[in-house]
Amino acid sequence: MKRILKNRLFWPVLALVALIVINTIARPSFISITVQGGQLYGPLIDILRNSAPLMLVALGMTIVIATRGIDLSVGAVMAVSGAVALTIIEGSSDPNGLGTVLVAIVVGVLVALVLGVWNGFLVAVVGIQPIIATLVLMLAGRGIALLITGGFITTINSEPYKFMAQGYVLGLPFALYVSMAAVVVVALLERRTALGVLTEAVGINPEASRLAGVRSRGIIWGAYAASGLLAGLAGILYSSNIMAADANAAGLYIELDAILAVVLGGTSLMGGKFSLAGTVVGVFTIQTLKSTITFLGVPPAVSPLFLAIVVVIVVLVQSPRLRSVLARASQALRPRNSSPQGGSEVAS
Amino acid sequence: MKRVLGGIAALGIAALALTGCAANTGGGGDDDLITVGFAQTGSESGWRSANTESLKAALSEENGFELIFNAADNKQEAQIAAVRSFINQGVDAIVIAPITVDGWDDVLKEAKDAGIPVILEDRTVSASDDLYATWVGLDFKQEGKTAGEWVADNFGAEPTNLVILEGTTGSSAALDRATGFAEAIDGTSINVLDSQTGDFTRDGGKKVMEGFLQKYGSEIQVLFAHNDDMGLGALDAIKAAGLTPGEDIKIVTIDAVKDGMQALADGEFNYIVECNPLLGDQVADLVKKVLAGESVDKAYIVPDGAFTQEDAIELLPTRPY
Repeated sequence: MKRILKNRLFWPVLALVALIVINTIARPSFISITVQGGQLYGPLIDILRNSAPLMLVALGMTIVIATRGIDLSVGAVMAVSGAVALTIIEGSSDPNGLGTVLVAIVVGVLVALVLGVWNGFLVAVVGIQPIIATLVLMLAGRGIALLITGGFITTINSEPYKFMAQGYVLGLPFALYVSMAAVVVVALLERRTALGVLTEAVGINPEASRLAGVRSRGIIWGAYAASGLLAGLAGILYSSNIMAADANAAGLYIELDAILAVVLGGTSLMGGKFSLAGTVVGVFTIQTLKSTITFLGVPPAVSPLFLAIVVVIVVLVQSPRLRSVLARASQALRPRNSSPQGGSEVAS
Repeated sequence: MKRVLGGIAALGIAALALTGCAANTGGGGDDDLITVGFAQTGSESGWRSANTESLKAALSEENGFELIFNAADNKQEAQIAAVRSFINQGVDAIVIAPITVDGWDDVLKEAKDAGIPVILEDRTVSASDDLYATWVGLDFKQEGKTAGEWVADNFGAEPTNLVILEGTTGSSAALDRATGFAEAIDGTSINVLDSQTGDFTRDGGKKVMEGFLQKYGSEIQVLFAHNDDMGLGALDAIKAAGLTPGEDIKIVTIDAVKDGMQALADGEFNYIVECNPLLGDQVADLVKKVLAGESVDKAYIVPDGAFTQEDAIELLPTRPY
């Protein structure tokens, strides 16, 4: 029992389970999963599918945060990659061709990778503070996306592209496979090679790790490039979900959700040790919380407040300091209750 | 790909234009042209793009105008700065699509002191109405009411379950449309099951509709979306739930942008109330009248149409936006 409690995933998982339980009590249909035309269908499936873009972005954010950085540009990068991909498909003669769609996706993701490399260059080579360096693209990125779409919402009809976010394989949403594949690839790269340890070393003490022979510049640069790439893929999923490139709304405020997911998962914003599994749980928690608003019927006017309160509770529950204070407080109360006279004797 | 390259080229041109502007702000243009500064909100939606195009077309050189255009990216301080720069440049008239209602008194007074008439379009301001010449715009409440009346006429007689996708919480368009709609269906047997915000976006509309469908399933008979984009997002969610939009769930929206009209023509939407962005000609006309010293009213409401599926099939080929 103690080992379970000590596990740093315990509290994030507990928060997620609590949310699911509350939803199920409010409306038992929350956990119902039905089969409809060979596809699984239900609120939980929707949560898995809709969490895919946030999952990709949060994975990249985890790596960046582990290097003591932050990437504010992910939402804007999503808007750019979606705009590029849809503009290519819209302009092609064969929007339903698999080749066209593959080219569009690859080019869209590559453009996002270039933007990530640019961020990494500013941070790792030029030495600009991450929050400022990525702020540049956060503001400029949407402008670029608007230029690409000509200020309009580009819409397309393309079955292969639609499949990215709305298709099903073996009864499960294809988008879920994409996000899970990304989790596996990132986890293998970070945890089955020395890269993860080196990343943590850079985050804990950049100077010491540099003196110890770690190529911190390359590792930091790579982290931002990976974040850009994953955000680009997220932009493809987002635009595929609505079959439109909405330069203003795509990925709006997703950087904040991603940072929140990383923190809920137990990774410190101070850099260093990071938990990919924690981030995965954090993403599902945020997505479940968003569905909760619809399911509990929280009025729109107070839903931001509702979100804020739940997040504060979850963060407080996860705070080791608060828990130890509470534990000490309850211990301090116990002896006094059992022998009230002993205390007064000492005082006199 | 061409458009991507075009976009990059346009970025370069924009950078050039920025430096170019600084060089020739002194002159007010040719004497026979009316110089108009237009402070637009930004380019947040398809509706806004159509609105911008309409004003640019109406305030063109052929029509006797020289237009200085500024899009403020939905930041009020940037928009006020743009209006100040119009005043400094000594333009003949200023057109503003105010981002917010409040905070306009000072800059409007400056324009008035400089003797430059201000014409407001689309949204309104809370400032005293002697600070601007006139306002042209739309009646959001009436749009909601028109949508509500259609629902009441078609489904009001028997108990009908309805869900609403609201616009951005706190925006005047969402508030007024909700009020108008609620008034129109008041006293009928329409039962509003749920109402949530989809933030005027397709993604928001889709996700909230998914939630509604999970919660109520096929109980939902009618959907009212505060704009086309949310309705379009909801279409996918309805199809994914194995229902047919336009039949199993009737859909009423507001805006009548191209994609919305296409959905109406395809039978997936049932009714669209127009929110007309083509205010350019009216604005141009009013600028001329105000400068000629003719008396104008303080407010002009552009009447909105409404379309059925048959109208959409007929109108779609000739719609300008």
